[in-house]
Amino acid sequence: MLNTETRPAGKVDYSALIEPTRINSRLYTDPDIFQEEMEKIWYRSWVYVGHVSEVPNRNDYVTKSIGPTPVLLVRDRNDEIRLLLNKCPHRGNQLCAYRQGNRATFTCPYHSWTFSNTGDLMGYALADGYEGASKTGVGLGKVPRIAIYRGFVFGSFAETGPTLEEHLGGAKAALDQLCDNAPTGELDLRAGFLQHRTKANWKFMVENETDGYHPGFVHGSIFQVTKSGIANLYGKDSIALTRDYGNGHTEFDLRPEWRRIDKPLNWFGTTADRLPDYVAAMNAAYGPDRARQIMIDGSPHTMIFPNLFIAEIQMFVIQPISVDESIQHVTAVQFKDAPDINRRLRQQTMGSVGPAGFLLADDTEMYERNHRGARIRDPEWLVLTRGLHRERKDENGYTIAHSTDEVPQRGIWRHYLSLMQEQPA
Amino acid sequence: MTAQIAIATADNDLRALDPVALHHNVAQFLFHEARLADSHDYDGWDALWEEDGIYWVPANGMDTDPETQMSVLYDNRSRIHVRIEQLKTGRRHTQTPRSELARLISNIEIGEVAAAEVTVFANSMIYEDNLRGETVWAARNEYRLRLVNGNFRLVRKKIALVNNGKPMFTLSFLV
Ligand code: FES
Ligand SMILES: [Fe+2]
Repeated sequence: MLNTETRPAGKVDYSALIEPTRINSRLYTDPDIFQEEMEKIWYRSWVYVGHVSEVPNRNDYVTKSIGPTPVLLVRDRNDEIRLLLNKCPHRGNQLCAYRQGNRATFTCPYHSWTFSNTGDLMGYALADGYEGASKTGVGLGKVPRIAIYRGFVFGSFAETGPTLEEHLGGAKAALDQLCDNAPTGELDLRAGFLQHRTKANWKFMVENETDGYHPGFVHGSIFQVTKSGIANLYGKDSIALTRDYGNGHTEFDLRPEWRRIDKPLNWFGTTADRLPDYVAAMNAAYGPDRARQIMIDGSPHTMIFPNLFIAEIQMFVIQPISVDESIQHVTAVQFKDAPDINRRLRQQTMGSVGPAGFLLADDTEMYERNHRGARIRDPEWLVLTRGLHRERKDENGYTIAHSTDEVPQRGIWRHYLSLMQEQPA
Repeated sequence: MTAQIAIATADNDLRALDPVALHHNVAQFLFHEARLADSHDYDGWDALWEEDGIYWVPANGMDTDPETQMSVLYDNRSRIHVRIEQLKTGRRHTQTPRSELARLISNIEIGEVAAAEVTVFANSMIYEDNLRGETVWAARNEYRLRLVNGNFRLVRKKIALVNNGKPMFTLSFLV
């Protein structure tokens, strides 16, 4: 038995809580573990922050987050993307109170210090009181490392560590696959986010995003009402796959099913003749053969650890708030200059996700029930054995199995264990 | 309780109705609609809607454009029906068990009046209790009602939650 009373802070033995095929409920409910996750995952590894298309013009900014911490995603006066911390270095006041806007400078409301959107201090109010003081070194805090892959902006609070591309590893291909669905190769994520407040630990969300075992049950109601064939993808005879990319990234790969059906845009529940402008633009951009393949394969269903989930037509950003509260930020995938498909992408997204979504309201109900269950003492251990006997490797060496198997969840916890066991540099 | 009370107007023209009578009839309709929603009378609520109905809960502001921006909910008539049918399966987990609800509709103001349509503004305050706990919702609502065979029907219902720019819990009952 673990003795929580005498355990020194920060000295959780994670190998005693995470085994290859089972995990301890305490991982979801212990506030000390949540604090340690902040230091070892959220304020150290690469975390998705936002997309360059959300700040299209010079001096645009939008409030994002890394873990519970708000972060300003800024395109500064020099056209450079920056991640600034929303804290005045004078007395710590919240500098910017708006979610988004366009401004070259930020003035603190408390004592009126003014900062450039590069983060540098421009001027003190009543400057005579600071005679001789230098303005350098008094700027806004910054997320020390920032890296952008195909418009996706990631930040890391660690000064050193793996590069973003090393972190993404094989999951980089999912971002490529997503962008390939845009005729211009670029996304345009400006439809705004829904923010779904969830009384559950963040890891329930990460694990569920590539859980192919639940949809037939949790979403059976909407599949039935809309006579959807989607349930078949999560059935016994499905040839769709679950995949563990390593580094905590996991995938639900529907391409085997779409290739079997072999119809462009079937992945999106539509046909080429319903989206003529989009199809024409795809053909022009990629040539008919490549365009056809892209439109058959569709968009990925990939969870990039710890917080970016591409759900084919939606993009989720998972934000931990506390050990038992999270926010799911979600928006529609939108392709640059593709109004006909974008409209349909938005309509379907609005139906499916967010607080009133046909799908996500029920997933979220499960997250909250998961969390309440995790608090119950017995049984302590939760089971992750599904599909162990049929795991295999794909051509790239990644572990795959049937669409309903728990390959992703085992992969997530293996990576989580390695992060939590790392000692600070 | 009976359904709505028939509205007697000269020549079926709402403009001919005494303003106090119009206000009374509108209020009765809104209370009726509220009761159907509170009591999860899904078929009764579904039947209030006209074919061109729009049921809308904007996000990130009172007036964000639902044609370009994400809304919490932006249903046309067929999607309203899908929503109802999903609730009726008994496997809409977030409403199984159902939320316990009581709402107040107040500050009812009559806006533009046409022969057979009227725009109405009202505030709503909804108390919800479910497995998670208690939640209070507050909204500024806008309705477009149509007079059909002496009864009002819903053409448009916009529910602008006052805190729709902030994270919100699951909203799976009829709001
Ligand atoms: S706290 Fe910002 S200027 Fe004083
Ligand atoms: Fe789901």
